[in-house]
Formats: sequence, structure tokens, C-alpha cells
Amino acid sequence: MHMLYMIFVDPFVQMGSAPDLFAQTLWEGLVAGVLYALIALGFVLIFKASGVFNFAQGIMVVFAALTLVGLYEHGVPAFLALALTVGVMLLLAIAIERLVLRPLVNQPEIILFMATFGLTYILIGSGELIFGGDPKVMISDKLLLPSGAYQIKMLGGFVQMQKIDIAAAIIASAMVVGLGIFFQKTRIGRALRAVADSHRAALSVGISLEYIWVVVWFAAGVVALATGIMWGARSNVSFALEIIALKALPVLILGGFTSIPGAIIGGVIIGVGEKIGEFYWGPLFGSGIEDWFAYVIALIFLLFRPQGLFGERIIERI
Amino acid sequence: MRAPSGPDVAVGEVLLSVENVSLSFGGVKAVSDVSFDIRKGEIRAIIGPNGAGKTSMLNIINGFYHPQQGRITFKGMTRAKMRPYEAAYGGIARTFQNVALFRGMTALDNIMAGRSLKMHRGFFWQLLRHGPALEEEVEHRRRVEEIIDFLKIQEIRRTPVGRLPYGLQKRVELGRALAMEPDLLLLDEPMAGMNLEEKEDMSRFILDVNDHYGTTIALIEHDMGVVMDLSDRVVVLDHGVRIADGTPAQVKSDQAVIDAYLGVAH
Amino acid sequence: MLYREAGQFKTSYRADQALFPIRQDQIGIILILLVAFVVVPLTASPFMIDSFLTPILIYSLAAIGLNLLTGYTGLLSLGTGAFMGVGAYGCYKLTTFFPGISIIVLIIGSGFLAAAAGIVFGLPSLRIKGFYLTVATLAAQFFLSWCYIRVPWLYNYNVSASIEVPERLVFGIPITGPTATVTTRYLVVLAIVTVMTWAASNLIRGRIGRAWMAIRDMDIAAELIGIKPYQTKLLAFAVSSFYCGVAGAMLVFLYLGNAESESFSINQSFLVLFMIIIGGLGSLLGSFFGATLIYGLPIVMRMTKESFGIGVTSATLEQINFITLGTLIILFLIAEPSGLARLWQIGKQKLRVWPFPY
Repeated sequence: MHMLYMIFVDPFVQMGSAPDLFAQTLWEGLVAGVLYALIALGFVLIFKASGVFNFAQGIMVVFAALTLVGLYEHGVPAFLALALTVGVMLLLAIAIERLVLRPLVNQPEIILFMATFGLTYILIGSGELIFGGDPKVMISDKLLLPSGAYQIKMLGGFVQMQKIDIAAAIIASAMVVGLGIFFQKTRIGRALRAVADSHRAALSVGISLEYIWVVVWFAAGVVALATGIMWGARSNVSFALEIIALKALPVLILGGFTSIPGAIIGGVIIGVGEKIGEFYWGPLFGSGIEDWFAYVIALIFLLFRPQGLFGERIIERI
Repeated sequence: MRAPSGPDVAVGEVLLSVENVSLSFGGVKAVSDVSFDIRKGEIRAIIGPNGAGKTSMLNIINGFYHPQQGRITFKGMTRAKMRPYEAAYGGIARTFQNVALFRGMTALDNIMAGRSLKMHRGFFWQLLRHGPALEEEVEHRRRVEEIIDFLKIQEIRRTPVGRLPYGLQKRVELGRALAMEPDLLLLDEPMAGMNLEEKEDMSRFILDVNDHYGTTIALIEHDMGVVMDLSDRVVVLDHGVRIADGTPAQVKSDQAVIDAYLGVAH
Repeated sequence: MLYREAGQFKTSYRADQALFPIRQDQIGIILILLVAFVVVPLTASPFMIDSFLTPILIYSLAAIGLNLLTGYTGLLSLGTGAFMGVGAYGCYKLTTFFPGISIIVLIIGSGFLAAAAGIVFGLPSLRIKGFYLTVATLAAQFFLSWCYIRVPWLYNYNVSASIEVPERLVFGIPITGPTATVTTRYLVVLAIVTVMTWAASNLIRGRIGRAWMAIRDMDIAAELIGIKPYQTKLLAFAVSSFYCGVAGAMLVFLYLGNAESESFSINQSFLVLFMIIIGGLGSLLGSFFGATLIYGLPIVMRMTKESFGIGVTSATLEQINFITLGTLIILFLIAEPSGLARLWQIGKQKLRVWPFPY
């Protein structure tokens, strides 16, 4: 009886009695959700255009952030380091296309998926080798990102919003809008959509798959860099980020693999759900349920809608 | 779980009857109010121009699609929604337009897989293998070898089916369906993509299956010559609607059928 | 010339379907078993046995477990580490509750516990397929890992959140715990692995193996010939988890001597997955090859570093290991997706016609 009360009633009582705390939790969840959504965005970009499920997206985030900070620590000025890191991500995209994607071009998706496991391990190993395994501090102030927080008086108390989080939300929105325009309006964007629909048809109208793939993996790399900067600014840059990045998978399950708005909405749902779950129900279980709560949310959705929120119902035809 | 199996149907009696069946996918109506029957022991052809709903019809009989309206009566029992493996247990087997073989397995294993229905030795016997499980395996191997002899595919038993030429793949698929010892065998374009010689072979196999095993056969086929030679009765579909039903001779001279094939708007 | 089968005709289906139908293979397997059970304990150094053979055998069993699920049934799982953990922690609790029962029985019993967990986490496979199911296994991995830290009952409220293996005797000989000798533990592991591999090969060659492969290759067609997809998939989860659970229990009780949550992390899941990718998906032999390569590589690297006096830290070595693993995976996927097992088959094929080229 007491257990039932603790599960079904008490958390809501807590929410109501301290609404500013609830709003704070919501905000934290929103911010986390935006960052998950950014990682999911990288997945969606690559999947849309090459059909590859890039398990290495998370480690790309870490690798990009590490490269940036590492260059800076070796004396490169901040914005130059930023430009160089972008260049590194381009080189990475070219290398991946030539060495991994091209040789595996006709293999079933599962093989490509497993290849990205290999990629993940290579990036983890080389990242640690080149930059060392210690957590690093993101050079957010050097990149002119704001610090400090706003204290907003609301709902009978205070809600604190870190300026960096607001910046993250704005930058993320800008990226989504920018990518949306890119896909709809530019020639390359159109080519990307063509490739996403059908490789063969795209080839037949003269679109170079290799070029498109480099573009797309590079774009995902840039998104990864932005994510890495944002995330690193809030908590340090370390390999623990890799595991957190895996949370993008439940986001994709909710939002679908090919929908950019889906990634955002899925990210927000997972981020908010996770934070609220951890804060209000967490103490019942012992802490740390953030490790797996996102997956449970996704699983429950899957059981009711096996294709996710935005996915298309696949009618199997023989 | 076995499908309820009615009393054994005598030769010539109705084995399967399709009554007022309609099926839509989203807004597309694949099959509209179609009715026909299949008599035990006969070879029944289902023909019609592309997109007529023939494969959908087979999929309905199989339990793979569930019609929004109408019903199917098989061996005297009328079914509501039936799952595909219930259809299999009830005695319906089929082959597919695009060969649906298990590409990672050999021809022998594919046909042995067709015996799954009939193999009952439990998990712990399978773990042990020696003893009842192995005896069951050998017994079914014997039956499968009969089918392999019948279809003359001895040399390719151990070849992974992915490596076989198309014509042989279709034969292995037929073998797998035969291994189920079905009452009703549904063949979806068994001659597709074959040259003249392969078609003659396949025709002979189909006739032999009907003669030798007594299996009732429903087949979809585009080659009119084959249809006229092989089948006892023909039903013609066009745009999901039944437009003719009768002996090959009757159907061949039916004006509606001629119009449909020539693309005359009606 | 050496490997020709000419002249070996089978006169019964039973003989044709035997595990080792070719005479040379029969001789080969007897030799291998002889070496493993008799020659090795007598001649190999304890270091060799304890650093290589015992753990490679244990990981081979885990690889077989994952191979049954992923290689034969086509269900990609990232939860192997967690299921090995269920076996390990399960065995630990069983030894706490049943101190009098033989440890061998308890190790097998922990397999059943793992199988139960496998069924629970395989339940979603009714509605969820392919990649989504893989994410569900990831959920299992993270949830169970969390349990191994946050559920103190599992490690008997030990302050360090780890489990220590108690000494257990079988027929008066210490099998587990600090007093058990290297050779004893090796032989027990070898015996269990041999029996379970034989059982797995029996399953694979029979109707269950065919059902699994049918589901993998085309589950729609499998259903249409009378194979029940859901039951078949659940069985795959159960059997696979059983094998992984026993491997986990053996890893802790017959090898490491202690364990904590980190031993069953997602890294472990990837390691075993890499073993079956490189070794060969859908091949029992490949599971052994893969385990040997993946487990043996870091050890060989470390030994090389020590014997050549190369001055790199062990952290660096680990990083190089990661890079090598990742590269190997990609290389194998490009060049030989069927893994070492296929290379082995090609090798045997060459032997058949040697000294002719084809």
C-alpha cells in the first residue's frame, strides 16, 4: 500500500508542492534532450543518405571535442583550432568513405552497422592515444560562449538557467533550420534526398554516391563537433560521453531514423522523461536509473508502435 | 497449435472456397468481392493481367493477408483470421514469385526445413541427438530424398541455394513445399524467368505432383500455353475483380478476358 | 592429397549426417581431444594454461552462445556481457543458498537463471524486429549492469560491491577458490565446454538449428512453412543466454576468482560480438577461432612488448589494442565476412586438391 502510494501518488505531490523545482527539472530535461537530439541528428543525416546506421556517431562527438581541446592545449588559438578541427572532420569523412563505405557498398545493412562498431573502437583507441584519457575542460570561454546563469523568479521560487544551455538550444535550433533549408533548397541537398530515396536511381541521373557520402559524413561530423562543444561546455570532455551518446538510440526509436523533426521531438521526450524519472522516481530505486530509463521509455513506445512515433509502417510484401 | 482440420474431402468435392473476399491496403483495393472454389485433385489456374490481385489472393489463402470482407472455407471449416503457420498446419503450402528460399542453407536443409511441421522430438532429445531425435531425422531424410529423386536435384543437395541458378532454385522451392505434404499447393508463377526447356520440366513436375501425390494445385501463371495445357479449370481476375471462371477452352474464348488482356477499357 | 574424401562412401543417412563424416576429420578430432585432455595438463606450463587456454575456452563458450542468437538466428544482441553477469551473480547467490550442492551443478544451474533472463528480455521480439531488437538488448545490458552495482543483495552486501569466490570441492579436490590448481580448473572448464559444444552442434544439425536459420534468412517464409517465429526466437534467446550464463559463471568461479559489475559491461558485449564476427557468424568452429584471436591478441602484444623491451605503457597498449580490434573488424567485414571459419574451409578445400591449384 505504501509502495503504491510512493509510486503513483507521491511524486506528483512533490511536483505540485515545489513547482519551481519541477520547472527546473523540466528545463534540465529539455537541455539534455536538445543535446541527445543533436546526436540523433547526426545519425539521421547519415542514415538518410547512405542507409548506414552510424553507431560511431557518439564517439565522433567525443573525438571532435577532444581534437578541438587538444589543438588548443598545444598552443593553437581557439578559433584556428576550431577551423582545423572542422578540417579534421572532413578528412575523417573522406577516410571513412574510401576505406569503409566504398568497399562495403553492396553489403547488407547489418554488415555496415557492424563496421561502425569497428569504427567506434578505432576512434576510441586513437582518441585516447593521441589526446590522453583524462577528462578535459572545454574551451568555451575562448569560443565566446556565455557562462553564468539567469535566475528567473517564477512559480514561488527560482529557476536557474545556465546561459550556455540557452546558447545550446539556440545553436541547435539554428542548425536544424539550417539543415532543413539545405536539404530543401540547395542542389546538394536535393541530391542527398535523391540518394536517400534510391541509390540506383540517383546513380542513373549522374549523382556521385561517393561525393554525397563524403558530404553527409562531413555534415554529421560538424554536427558532432557542435554537440561536443556544447556538451563539453556543460560537463567535461571525456570518454564517458560515448556511453551517454548511446542514449541517442532511444531517441531515434521514438523519432524514426529519417526524420529531422522526429529527432528533435524524440530527443526532448527522452531528455525530459529521463530527468523527471530520475528526480521523482529515482530515489525509490536507488540512484542512477538514468543509465537505462531512456531505453525503457523507448521500449514501451515500441511495444505499442513498433515503427516508432514517426516511422513508416513497413508493409512486408512477398 | 494446429488448424482445425475438417473431415477428409473426397476427390472432386470442394477443397477450398473463397466467398466474397475483399482486401484493401490503405486506399488501394487489391481484391474486390471475389468468389471461386477449388476442387480436390484438380489443377486450378488463377490468371489475369499484372496487378490483378492474383498474388494477393494467394496471400489471403495462406493467411498472410487478412481480408476485410468475405471468408475462406478450407476442408469444410470456415476460418476467421488465420496465421500463416496455421495455414501450413492445415495443409496449405506455397511457392513464391521471387524465390523465398533460405539462402544461408543448402538445398537439402531447405527441403528438410519443409518437414518441420512433422518433426516433433522435443528440445532435450534434440540436445542429445542420438536416439529418438536422430531416428526421426533419418526417417524424414528418407522422405526428403524421395522428393530430391523426384525433382532430380541430387547433385545440388549440399550446395548453398544462393549459388544455384534460378531454375534450380525454383525446383528446390517446389521440393520444400512438397516436403510439407500439403493438401493444397499454391504456386506463384512457377515458370517465371524460365526458358522453354525449364518450363517443360516444371510442367511435368507439376503434373506428376498432381498425379503421383494427388495434391490439389492452384497456380498463378502468365504463360497461356502452360495454363491451357496444365489446368483443369481457370479463374480470371482483372483489377481485383473476377471476370471469368471455367474450363480453359471456355475462358480462352470469353470476350471479357480477351478485352482485359488487350487492355480494352471496360 | 592428404584431405581427399574419395573412397569414403556413406551407406546410411545416419552416417551421412554424422558430426564428423570424413575419416580425416574423425582422426583429427580424436587427436585434438587427446591433446586437450591429456597432453596439455601434463606438458604445458601453468602460465600457458591459465593465461591462454582456460579463458579462451570460457570465452569460446560465450561466443558460441552469442553465435546461436546472432549468427544462426540473426538476432543481433549487445547484451552478452549482462547475460554472462546473470550467470556469474546467479551462481554466487546459488552458492550462498546451497553451500552443500556441488559447484558444477550450481554452475549449470546458473545457466538456467541466465536463460530465464534471456527469455524475459527476448519477449519484445514478438513485436520488435531487427535493429530495434538490438536496442532492446542494449536496454537489458544497461539495466542489468546497473543492477550489479545497485542491488547489494546480489553481492551479499559486500562493502566493495564485488563478489569473492568461495572454495568448493568436488570429490575432495578443490575446484574453486584460492586452493584450486590451474590444471584442475582447466580440466573442469574443458569438460564443460566440450559437452556443451557437442550439445550445441546437435541442436544446430537438427530441426531446431534449421528453424533458427530459417528465421534468420527469411522469417516470413519460415512462418509459411510451419515454423513458429516467436517460439523459435524465444528459444534462441533462452539457449544463447544459457551458454553465456554458464560462461559467465565459469569466468568468475573457475578463472578470475572474483568479479564486479565492470566485468560484465557493454565492453564485454562488444568483445564477444567481435569474436563471432571475426571468427565467423553461424559457425561453432569460428567461435573458437574468434575467441582465440580476440582474447589472445592483447596477451601476445603484451608479451611481445615485454620480451622486446619496448617502452610503452600498458594504457598505450590497450589503446593500440582497441585500434587493432576496430581495424580487424572492418578488414574482416570487407574481405571475408564469413570470418576465420570460412578461411579455414577454404584452407581445407585447398588441402583437398593439393598439390594441384584447383
